[in-house]
Amino acid sequence: MAKIIAGVGSSHVPAIGAALDNGKTEEPYWKRVFSGFEKSKQWMARSKPDVAIVVFNDHASAFSVDLIPTFALGCAAEFPPADEGWGPRPVPVVKGHPALAAHIAQSVILDEFDLTVVNKMEVDHGLTVPMSLLFGQPKDEWPCRVIPLAVNVVMYPPPTGHRCYMLGKAIRKAVESYPEDLNVVIFGTGGLSHQISGPRAGLINSRWDKAFLDNLSKDPKKLTRIPHLEYMREAGAEGIEMVMWLIMRGALDDKVDEVYRFYTVPASNTAVGHIILENRGKTARKRVPASKSRQAAARMASARIAGKGTR
Amino acid sequence: MARTPQDYDDIPGTFVFDAERSRQGYGINMFCMSLMKDENRKAFKADEAQYLKKFQLTDEQRDAILKRDYNRMLELGGNIYFTAKLGATDGHSFQHLAAVMTGSTQQDYAAMMLGGGRSVEGNRSRSGKDKPAREKSKAKAKSRPKSTTRRK
Repeated sequence: MAKIIAGVGSSHVPAIGAALDNGKTEEPYWKRVFSGFEKSKQWMARSKPDVAIVVFNDHASAFSVDLIPTFALGCAAEFPPADEGWGPRPVPVVKGHPALAAHIAQSVILDEFDLTVVNKMEVDHGLTVPMSLLFGQPKDEWPCRVIPLAVNVVMYPPPTGHRCYMLGKAIRKAVESYPEDLNVVIFGTGGLSHQISGPRAGLINSRWDKAFLDNLSKDPKKLTRIPHLEYMREAGAEGIEMVMWLIMRGALDDKVDEVYRFYTVPASNTAVGHIILENRGKTARKRVPASKSRQAAARMASARIAGKGTR
Repeated sequence: MARTPQDYDDIPGTFVFDAERSRQGYGINMFCMSLMKDENRKAFKADEAQYLKKFQLTDEQRDAILKRDYNRMLELGGNIYFTAKLGATDGHSFQHLAAVMTGSTQQDYAAMMLGGGRSVEGNRSRSGKDKPAREKSKAKAKSRPKSTTRRK
C-alpha cells in the first residue's frame, strides 16, 4: 500500500530559481536563503520518496485567463519546465506517475472533489523552485516521480482553507488505497506573507507567518477557519496562496512531528517559509497494521476481480 | 457599470483580481500573455498602438498599457502575473515594477524589503478596522463576522 510519509511546506519565489540557475547561491543575500535548505536536502536524500505530490499554482504559464481550474491534477507522464519569458529553467523534465495520479483523480472525484484532469501541462517556478530547494540540482533527472496539483490562487476566490484541508484528507485516502508500496511526500508551496501588486506591494507580516507555521504544526484546524479577507489583509493580496499549504497538512496525521523549520525575510518581495512535518506511522515498505493490510489486500483482490471482468 | 462593492475593497493599496476584474480585464491579460512569444514582443515594440488593436480593450485600458500605468491596469482588470510580462518585455526587473506601483524608487523599495518589508501596521484597512486579527477576534469572538468564504 502507498503511504504519505511526510509533508513539506516551501515558498516558491521565482527569484530563488533565477539565483540557483545563475550561480548566485554564494552571494550573501542568497546564501542566507539557501543555507536554510541544506538540512532539508539531507532529510530528503534520507527519506527517498518514490513520489512527490506537489501542490502549487501556475503563474500565467500553463493557464491563461482562458481557463481557470480551481484544482487541476497532472496525470501526464511528464511535465516540461515552462518558458516564463526568459527561457525554461535548466532543470530536468518532471516525470509524472500517471497510474497513481489517475487513481487519485478517480478516488477524490468520487469523494466529491471535482478536480480537473490535466494530461498536458508545462510547470513553472511554482513547482520547480521547491523541487530545486529540496532535491538540489540534478543534471539528468529528478530522484522521484512527481504528481503536480495546480490550485487557482491567482483569481479570487481561491478555494477556502477548509476546502483545501479536506481535499488533503481525500488525497491521503486515495494514496492509501493504492496497492503498490510507495512512499509519498506531499508539498504545499507558495507564501508566506507577500504582496507584489498595487501601492501596498512589499507587505510582510512575520508575526502572522510565524503563527501560521505554529498552527500548521500543532493546530491546523484553526487555520482552516481563517477567512480569505484575513489572509489578504494580514499576509498580502498574494499571500492568500498559503491556503495551498493546508492541502499538504490535510494529507497528514492530525498529530505530526515537526522535524524542521526555516524562515527568513526577504527573498525578492516575499517572506520565505519552510517546514517539514513527518507522519508518525511507518513507511510503506515496513510492516503495516494488520487491519490495514487486510483492507488493502481486500481492495487489491476486488481490483483484480474488477480488472478480469472487463477483459 | 460601477464595480460591485466588496469587503476586501477596504484593504488599502490593493486591487483584488476577482471574477469581475477577470471578466473586465480579459483583453489586458490576453495581450500580456501574447508577450510570451518573441515574435509578438517584437511586433508590439515596433508599433504598440497597432499591436493593441488585436485585443478587445477599452480606451482606458489601452491608455493605461501605453502609459505603463501599472496600478491602473490592475484596477481595470489586469492581473500582476500577466502585467509582469509587459514589464519583462520592457526589460525591467520585477522589483522595478513593484517600485513603480508603490511610487518609490527601486533603491528605496529594495531597502524597504531588506529592512523586513512594508509593515502591516497602518496598512490593514481604509475604514479604521486597523487592528491585528488576534485582538479583533478576542474582542468579537462571538460575532465572528463577515467572512468572505462563508457568505453564500
